[in-house]
Amino acid sequence: MGPYARSHEEVLALKKSSMTVQERPGAAYRPTPPPAWKPRTDPAPLLPDPEPYRVLGTDAAAGADPELLLRLYAELVRGRRYNAQATALTKQGRLAVYPSSTGQEACEVAAALALEERDWLFPSYRDTLAAVARGLDPAQALTLLRGDWHTGYDPYEHRIAPLSTPLATQLPHAVGLAHAARLKGDDVVALAMVGDGGTSEGDFHEALNFAAVWQAPVVFLVQNNGFAISVPLSKQTAAPSLAHKAVGYGMPGRLVDGNDVAAVHEVLGEAVARARRGGGPTLVEAITYRIDAHTNADDATRYRGDSEVEAWREHDPIRLMETELTGRGLLDEDGVRSAAEAAETMAAQLRERMNADPVLNPMDLFEHVYAEQTSQLREQAAQLRAELDAESGEGAQGAEGDAR
Amino acid sequence: MSTATARQAKPATMAQALQRAMRDAMAEDPTVHVMGEDVGTLGGVFRVTDGLAKEFGEDRCTDTPLAEAGILGTAVGMAMYGLRPVVEMQFDAFAYPAFEQLISHVSRMRNRTRGSMPMPITVRVPYGGGIGGVEHHSDSSEAYYMATPGLHVVTPATVEDAYGLLREAIASDDPVVFLEPKRLYWSKADWSPDAPAAVEPIGRAVVRREGRSATLITYGPSVPVCMEAAAAAEAEGWDLEVVDLRSLVPFDDETVCASVRRTGRAVVVHESTSFGGPGGEIAARVTERCFHHLEAPVLRVAGFDIPYPPPMLERHHLPGVDRVLDAVARLQWEAES
Repeated sequence: MGPYARSHEEVLALKKSSMTVQERPGAAYRPTPPPAWKPRTDPAPLLPDPEPYRVLGTDAAAGADPELLLRLYAELVRGRRYNAQATALTKQGRLAVYPSSTGQEACEVAAALALEERDWLFPSYRDTLAAVARGLDPAQALTLLRGDWHTGYDPYEHRIAPLSTPLATQLPHAVGLAHAARLKGDDVVALAMVGDGGTSEGDFHEALNFAAVWQAPVVFLVQNNGFAISVPLSKQTAAPSLAHKAVGYGMPGRLVDGNDVAAVHEVLGEAVARARRGGGPTLVEAITYRIDAHTNADDATRYRGDSEVEAWREHDPIRLMETELTGRGLLDEDGVRSAAEAAETMAAQLRERMNADPVLNPMDLFEHVYAEQTSQLREQAAQLRAELDAESGEGAQGAEGDAR
Repeated sequence: MSTATARQAKPATMAQALQRAMRDAMAEDPTVHVMGEDVGTLGGVFRVTDGLAKEFGEDRCTDTPLAEAGILGTAVGMAMYGLRPVVEMQFDAFAYPAFEQLISHVSRMRNRTRGSMPMPITVRVPYGGGIGGVEHHSDSSEAYYMATPGLHVVTPATVEDAYGLLREAIASDDPVVFLEPKRLYWSKADWSPDAPAAVEPIGRAVVRREGRSATLITYGPSVPVCMEAAAAAEAEGWDLEVVDLRSLVPFDDETVCASVRRTGRAVVVHESTSFGGPGGEIAARVTERCFHHLEAPVLRVAGFDIPYPPPMLERHHLPGVDRVLDAVARLQWEAES
């Protein structure tokens, strides 16, 4: 039970009464003059563990479901290959930019697998892998970064919000969606992803505050990968840990080894379950490392040394999992090969899809600005239409000229 | 009491009409949610949401934490899940923290997702000066919103329009920035909430006063100023037409240009700054479309290009009747003779 004992009582209290979503234990709190004044809740149960929670290579691994471990392993291998393929596509000019999650695959994969189908994922621009692990077509996930449209998928198909580029701005969306679901009586949970740099943004603060006040069924996953482009965490915050920030909002903070996929999956799974049963939001900080540069356009050697990267390579998410699985006889060479082959098939398909030129229709630019085009947009669309017609007319003339 | 008596129009304020619009929308559509600072128990600092929390419960009319970006950001998530949030920003200048959500998400979500994720959000913003407010309580922020594609920008000038336009805004599947002229909150008109007149869809201007000499193009808090100016101008022999835009986006080129083509002269009147304000856009549109009908350049009567003044000096800043008439006098009348 540990830190969750109190929340369970909250749930029972909620069930017993006919309270609205807004009303909840402690909501009637009014400050009284000192010395009678008391804090609203005991902060101790909200505090994160002193060390990141780990499963792989510890006694806790024995309790993990072997089938789940093998599935997580296959997804990690596939995820690593996806990152490599997407990075390669930038070099071939097929992607405008790719912010890689190499080294962070455990967080990406665990976030996707911790959710039920009816739940919602709110990814940032670095989290295309989480979207892919949730079932999204990789080519659709990469549309934003290819540049043929902003969001390449219908968010309602897999319940994945559009990749958010402005940092932390997707977090209040997750809170609002989860709150709306709760108002409607649906047991839907939203999981929102953000980086360590994003925790400095005002929207991070506002989202956590709203989530806690509303007891919204949200899980915030902070992937602390050490850098906001070039700026290290020490210049980002003076907090004991990012997970500690949860306490100030009145929600539990959890600290987890972000490269231990079994641990991340377990911690997120608990937070999701807690949110689903009405226990409110959780902040999870996953300690991980961005092995690649910020994007293909970044030069990481300007702000960090090779030895630091090497130390993290030793703590690689795939290696941790392989050691665990082979040690327990759950994975042999055949298993490794078949996971690699499946990943290779995905990469080949992705390559083929991305090597084809996208079909673009410039007139789409005017199509979805409003439900109904304004007269001003109709005029401008007509202007572009005329320009396009003139262009294709010139093209046809040119061809005619050549024929002559 | 007979039905006829019950429906008889009584004096109502713009604030009451706005409240009634939200109340009727909430009663008709369970997905409509009102949220903002002090909108619940207090009924809003202008009392525009008075009684909504009591009637519909705190889940439908919610006192939020004091954080405008959070209010609008969570409203985005609620809209994603099929709700129709009506957000109150307490004052014009307090809405600025929500700009990132408005510009980067609310206005673009439909376009970003090729239409699959519309944002039926109404953002109510009390705006404009003339109430003796101290700093940050009197801004005219419409130009910022107008410059953002994907938003509708609407502002009523009459009690009847306050009801009708807000109903339209809430019913719209696109985000609407609904600018409420706070100076007119307590303006009264005979208006029956039981038989509200039908309002045309958002985007139609209306001719408030017909005239032949020149067109005053205006909106929101400057409409009564222009009506007063038009009445005063009669003594000078000018017969002024007054066009109330009602909607800055979409812009009703048709009504505006039809009027200017009739009168041949135009003055744009608003409280917002002159430089970079809506008047520049409107003057350009009128000039582009009505050049050969114009007897004089399109003039602007606007707030000065200064930070909004302290309350004891605001009367020097706000466009008043005299300044409007001065502009009308400068419309090159000599050239006609």
